[in-house]
Amino acid sequence: MAFKKPTPKPGAAINEVTLGVGANAVTLGGESVLPFYSFDGTIPNSPKIGIEVSDLGFADAVPGIAGLYAGISDTAEAAKAAAAVPGVDFVCLRLESADPNGQNRSAEDCAATAKAVSDALGDLKPLVIIGCKNNEKDAQVFDKAAAALEGKNVLFVAAKEENYKTVAASVGLAYNQKVGAESSVDINLAKQLNVLITQMGVSGKNVVMNVGQAAAGYGFEYVYSTIDRIKAAAQNQNDTTLQMPIFTPVSTETWGVKEATASSEDMPDWGDVEARGISMEIQTAVSVLTAGSNAVMLRHPKSIEAVSALITALA
Amino acid sequence: MALKGIDIFKLLPKAHSNCKECGNPTCMAFAMKVAQGAVDITKCPHVSSDVLDKISESNAPPMKSFTVKAGDAEYKLGGETVLFRHEKTYVSKTLYAFSLYGCRTDEENDAVIKEATGVDYNRIGERMYAEFVNVCTHKDEEFVALAQKGASLNRGVILSTHKIELATAAVAAIKDAKPILNGADKDNYEAFSKLASDNGLLLGVNAPTLEEMHELVEKLEALGNKNLILTVDTHDIKTAFEMNVQIRRSALLNKDSQFGYPTLVNVAGLTKGDVNLENALAALFTVKYGSILIFDTMDYAKALALYGLRQNIYTDPQKPMRQEVGIYPLNKGEADSPCFITVDFALTYFVVSGELERSGVPCNLLICDAGGYSVLTSWAAGKFGATSIAKFITEEVEPKLSSRTLVLPGKVAVLKGELQDKLPGWKVLVGPNEAVAVVKFAKELVAA
Repeated sequence: MAFKKPTPKPGAAINEVTLGVGANAVTLGGESVLPFYSFDGTIPNSPKIGIEVSDLGFADAVPGIAGLYAGISDTAEAAKAAAAVPGVDFVCLRLESADPNGQNRSAEDCAATAKAVSDALGDLKPLVIIGCKNNEKDAQVFDKAAAALEGKNVLFVAAKEENYKTVAASVGLAYNQKVGAESSVDINLAKQLNVLITQMGVSGKNVVMNVGQAAAGYGFEYVYSTIDRIKAAAQNQNDTTLQMPIFTPVSTETWGVKEATASSEDMPDWGDVEARGISMEIQTAVSVLTAGSNAVMLRHPKSIEAVSALITALA
Repeated sequence: MALKGIDIFKLLPKAHSNCKECGNPTCMAFAMKVAQGAVDITKCPHVSSDVLDKISESNAPPMKSFTVKAGDAEYKLGGETVLFRHEKTYVSKTLYAFSLYGCRTDEENDAVIKEATGVDYNRIGERMYAEFVNVCTHKDEEFVALAQKGASLNRGVILSTHKIELATAAVAAIKDAKPILNGADKDNYEAFSKLASDNGLLLGVNAPTLEEMHELVEKLEALGNKNLILTVDTHDIKTAFEMNVQIRRSALLNKDSQFGYPTLVNVAGLTKGDVNLENALAALFTVKYGSILIFDTMDYAKALALYGLRQNIYTDPQKPMRQEVGIYPLNKGEADSPCFITVDFALTYFVVSGELERSGVPCNLLICDAGGYSVLTSWAAGKFGATSIAKFITEEVEPKLSSRTLVLPGKVAVLKGELQDKLPGWKVLVGPNEAVAVVKFAKELVAA
């Protein structure tokens, strides 16, 4: 009996969500087959890579990351340098300085930074704005930044259970930007948040999910299976409340774990800390993309190069 | 297609109906269990051999499983029943090989051996190291010596050659290592199959396309050899990924028994020495269906992420990973350093120990038996209460540590009073609710 190629039933498509406008626009999602399964059907938009830029800079980072921004003190200039890294599809600006437990910069100042970055990027790459993880402050910052960036079609990460009403109302409804819905590693929580946000009047086609993240080895199986299950519900059961593309900010997790931070003096067997960090970032990113994330955020140019090479090879 | 219970029932001998000799009340009950794979058809003493063959053939698991020798250890390959881990669980973890090459000098191979065998550590109760060594050379005269070098490393050996003379000589030299014979192709398969069968070895089947692979497996099965591993060895990443996925999917979805074998993926052959790309592919083929992956080498940069990934992905979703109960000194914690207690859920352990390490404060992390659940879950289930914590402290901790400062997870602050009563010599404190706040808490604790 000769080999007969399995022909799974074609599934429903993930929503296509475009970030940016004109020459710099990129589109996430659109696929109705499993990630990288181009032998089952066309994948209209391959997974995309965002590069993480912080308004606090990466001065203390490993040489490959710090070196990229050497001599740059201006966030807009840093964003331009980041956008020029080969393999980058969009730029993620983290407004860490807004953190009330840190610099506590005002929402207006943060919005001005976001505007400067957006202007500097121009037609180069689209922009994603990421908050400081303080729900209340993020809502204020996003409101000002969404206004300042009106018409630029920017994704804001994230609207969470605690602040989605404010964030979705300003980002999604008032300024017609893209809403990043963040839940923590549970298909039901992801679904519930999507329902709540769309019930406010935000179109499901303007929502991107962040369903949680972890570094490989740190409870990563929950992230992997959550994404697996969301894709199965979205594609096989045509669950429209889960058909939003997924964005996973990998780098914030992977560069914080012991494997990527312990110095080679402390762990002499382990060798170069930079190589460990790159490997952790690459392997975690490839794994979430293989589960079904439509985009990842990375920090190191070498990681971006390798993940981009793999995406190209599998396209 | 697998037979259903009713089909099996119809095949059972009527003359002995409901004899109960199989231990089941009725033939129907027995048939249902056979269909589910809960009991073996051979438990029926009256079934004819024709029927036996028919039933065992049709109800065979979709993917065969093999036990392979890796030095003193043994590992299982294959036997998977689901395509997604959340459907049930994956059963046989991906195994890894580094390589000895004839194109390297002796010194270069020795350096690789030193680096790769240096990666050997324990992570949540599991030994992490490269279980296999792959041997491959274009210099015929060196093959046997290289195989012997590989066999001396106390791990499984993969003999990668398409030449029967070399394979025969190498197998003779390292027979006891029970190597995987990776080299059967469309031209040599008869001789390779005989060599593998004669020595009880797993045979690696090489073909460039899925169609040719299928055809070659059919030929080998016709020779009576069902002791196979399918080798994915191309220079094209897309082809390799498609082959590896389709082999597994055909086996599980289409019940294509010719593809019901584990796969051996030559990752090194896809990367041309690009270590970052190799790490990317290592993750890809670990989460998607590779049974053994061949790399150029194994170093800590690859291993730390990859073994963590593998441990996560191959965890049974119904059984949480557990950290061993005990006392874990952190930042050179001494017997009089403060104690932080938490549960044995592996994820909790990792997060809390990571934060404590970040604080730089010498301390002891106490891991208490809580059934492998998170703090609140185990507390709610009565597995992480004042009585069990006090028992653990008095029996396990007091004899070993002189410290009498105990920090509780903030989420079980309610236990403080009762615990203080049960542990009169101790100063019981309530820590933060979330692990991220541990750094600040620990620093303030020692500063106070």
